[in-house]
Amino acid sequence: MGAQVMSEDVMDAGTGKLGAEAGGTTRMNMIQAINSALDVMMDRDPDVLVMGEDVGYFGGVFRATAGLQAKYGKTRVFDTPITEIGIIGVAIGMGAYGMRPVPEIQFADYIYPALDQLVSEAARLRYRSAGQFTAPLTVRSPFGGGIFGGQTHSQSPEGIFTHVSGIKTVIPSTPHDAKGLLIASIEDNDPVIFFEPKRIYNGPFDGHWDRPSKNWSAHPGGEVPDGYYRIELGKAAIVRPGEAVTILAYGTMVHVVLATVDEMGVDAEIIDLRTLVPLDIDTIEQSVRKTGRCMVVHEATRTSGFGAELVSLVQERCFYALEAPIERVTGFDTPYPHSLEWAYFPGPVRIGQALKKILKD
Amino acid sequence: MTADAGPNLPPLSLHVPEPKFRPGDTVDFAAVDVPPAGMQPRPDTAADPRDFHDLAYTLVRVLDGAGQAVGPWNPRLSPDTLRRMLRDMALVRAFDERMFRAQRQGKTSFYMKCTGEEAVAIAAAHALSRDDMCFPSYRQQGLLIARGYALERMMNQIYSNSADELHGKQLPIMYSSKDDGFFSISGNLATQYPQAVGWAMASAAKGDTRIAATWCGEGSTAEGDFHSALTFATVYKAPVIFNVVNNQWAISSFSGFAGAEATTFAARALGYGIAGLRVDGNDALAVYAATQWAAERARTNQGPTLIEHFTYRAEGHSTSDDPTQYRSAGEPTAWPLGDPIARLKDYLVAIGEWDEDRHAAQDRELAEQVKAAQKNAEKNGILGHGLHQPLDTLFDGVFEDMPWHLKEQRQMMLDEEAASGRPWARK
Repeated sequence: MGAQVMSEDVMDAGTGKLGAEAGGTTRMNMIQAINSALDVMMDRDPDVLVMGEDVGYFGGVFRATAGLQAKYGKTRVFDTPITEIGIIGVAIGMGAYGMRPVPEIQFADYIYPALDQLVSEAARLRYRSAGQFTAPLTVRSPFGGGIFGGQTHSQSPEGIFTHVSGIKTVIPSTPHDAKGLLIASIEDNDPVIFFEPKRIYNGPFDGHWDRPSKNWSAHPGGEVPDGYYRIELGKAAIVRPGEAVTILAYGTMVHVVLATVDEMGVDAEIIDLRTLVPLDIDTIEQSVRKTGRCMVVHEATRTSGFGAELVSLVQERCFYALEAPIERVTGFDTPYPHSLEWAYFPGPVRIGQALKKILKD
Repeated sequence: MTADAGPNLPPLSLHVPEPKFRPGDTVDFAAVDVPPAGMQPRPDTAADPRDFHDLAYTLVRVLDGAGQAVGPWNPRLSPDTLRRMLRDMALVRAFDERMFRAQRQGKTSFYMKCTGEEAVAIAAAHALSRDDMCFPSYRQQGLLIARGYALERMMNQIYSNSADELHGKQLPIMYSSKDDGFFSISGNLATQYPQAVGWAMASAAKGDTRIAATWCGEGSTAEGDFHSALTFATVYKAPVIFNVVNNQWAISSFSGFAGAEATTFAARALGYGIAGLRVDGNDALAVYAATQWAAERARTNQGPTLIEHFTYRAEGHSTSDDPTQYRSAGEPTAWPLGDPIARLKDYLVAIGEWDEDRHAAQDRELAEQVKAAQKNAEKNGILGHGLHQPLDTLFDGVFEDMPWHLKEQRQMMLDEEAASGRPWARK
């Protein structure tokens, strides 16, 4: 299956109607879209529950769960002790009972204590019990930098999870996609890591930190159907068709790449992966065969990052279609810095230099 | 700290715990404090955990040395129930003996016995309701046996054979049986603790009546999962029973490396405001009574209970372990709390409900039962004799639906097999 354009994504699986027909659309930022996805799913399925640090009465430090406790009650939306092992371990037990938990890890940087529960338990439960027990969790967590969060509020650990068999990794880049992907993740019967690029919670980011920030009001991805709709996991989106080079990105970097390409006047084809595992390899292959050039971009550290996997896949499958070496643009192999954040961040200059290099011949 | 303060202070020293006895040492367990049976009070199940902290530092005991059941914790079970418990314990031991031997005969890769700890799982299973959910560690095979799970099914799993319900995907003895309220065993320690709490919280949130129980060894109380679980359980008053099986040894590390020199494991509960009981784990009646008490607390929304079962791992950690390398060979026989099967048997004999002849006959019958089950299980194959699952099942169950990359890898594997000339004999 190839990439889908946005208007086809908003089909309601139940009614077969487009989202707009099913109940209109509203301008939302990504937080509101995530909140709406949780609201829709809690309303549809009494087994869906939300748990995490500060998610209850307060509604989350980023407000993603605001209003849910008042609407659905304390036994379905509740604050938890500050122990990520416990949050994920408890969610696995609830899943074994028959619930469909959506635990929040307040920042992706805090997810590491829960790795054993995620890697050795959630990801392996279906396999080791031959399907008797499953872990239908969706672990939501804000990730990525560009907010002066320093090394403990900025990391992009997606590559740790894409390396684990039995877990899916999803990263949206717009409010519209965030809602549709989150609904599909919650309905998925396998564990999903749902990383939310917090730099673009409130608006798309062009990579120029010194320019005024934008909000979602003028972006087509800020138009969000009010009701239920799914964006299937494993389907990328071609956010800009082009002929000169294929650029693979996800999350915040989709917008940085888009802005850089426009500023440089390059006819790039930009693919927003949306799901890293399972990956939409067909869309990637078709595009690279067409353009003959490929660049991968992520904010995460370079060595063993998901970009390395993408480069491998593209050279394994498209080597004879390539007219230039694949370029890889990433963050550096350092802790995420505080004051030197914009020197670390793979912004327009780093992307631009790689683009010039790949288009040289 | 000032630079010149150092010379005037005594040097620090690091304490590294050391067990009392090593190979070759004569064992004397006189320092193990064994209070008389029947002396420990039994609080009301609605009592505040703060009102009975002493129970975390003593040993709740019912069977005395004279073959009597005494004191307020005596569960006053019918002779039929007592005989069923005795039979289940003896069956676990017979099963363990046979499967240990099967591993030594090369019929499987791995086995773990629970010799000396049979009461911990069997008595608990009898005290819990059949549909209460168990999150065991790897030494509670007694739960499955007490719930009537067929020995042959356990053996099929141990042999990873064609009838293995886990399709050869999991290490021997890491059973899973949802229908029997037995959660998939993990090899990673104490991960089941917060999972049991989550299950219990879900049960409470749904207004269900079922409770959860979980088990870990004293060594794995050091895991963060243990402490996370206790925190969650106390916060939400989760209907869960935490069992810490203190069998003194975590492979070669004695309980001192989990903190036993400083306090008891039952006392871990107190800091969390959880009810803590320390129980003679080789006394089936004490284990039954404690479990029954904890279950009643859980079922009446009084919250969690932690039970330390003070027992002894009479044999190696697993078939891969040789305990003579690190502990005195005299320990198992010198253990002051005796053998759990012998103690329950002696009690039944003392009250005129059992005798030595019947016991010997039962042992012979159970050995035959295990042997017959083994014969049947081996018809489905043993691990040593090739692969019993179709090769492509290797990729089943990673996800509900198989993504393209696994399909590609599956084909790669099948191509490899074709290229290799299909050397594996299998069904």
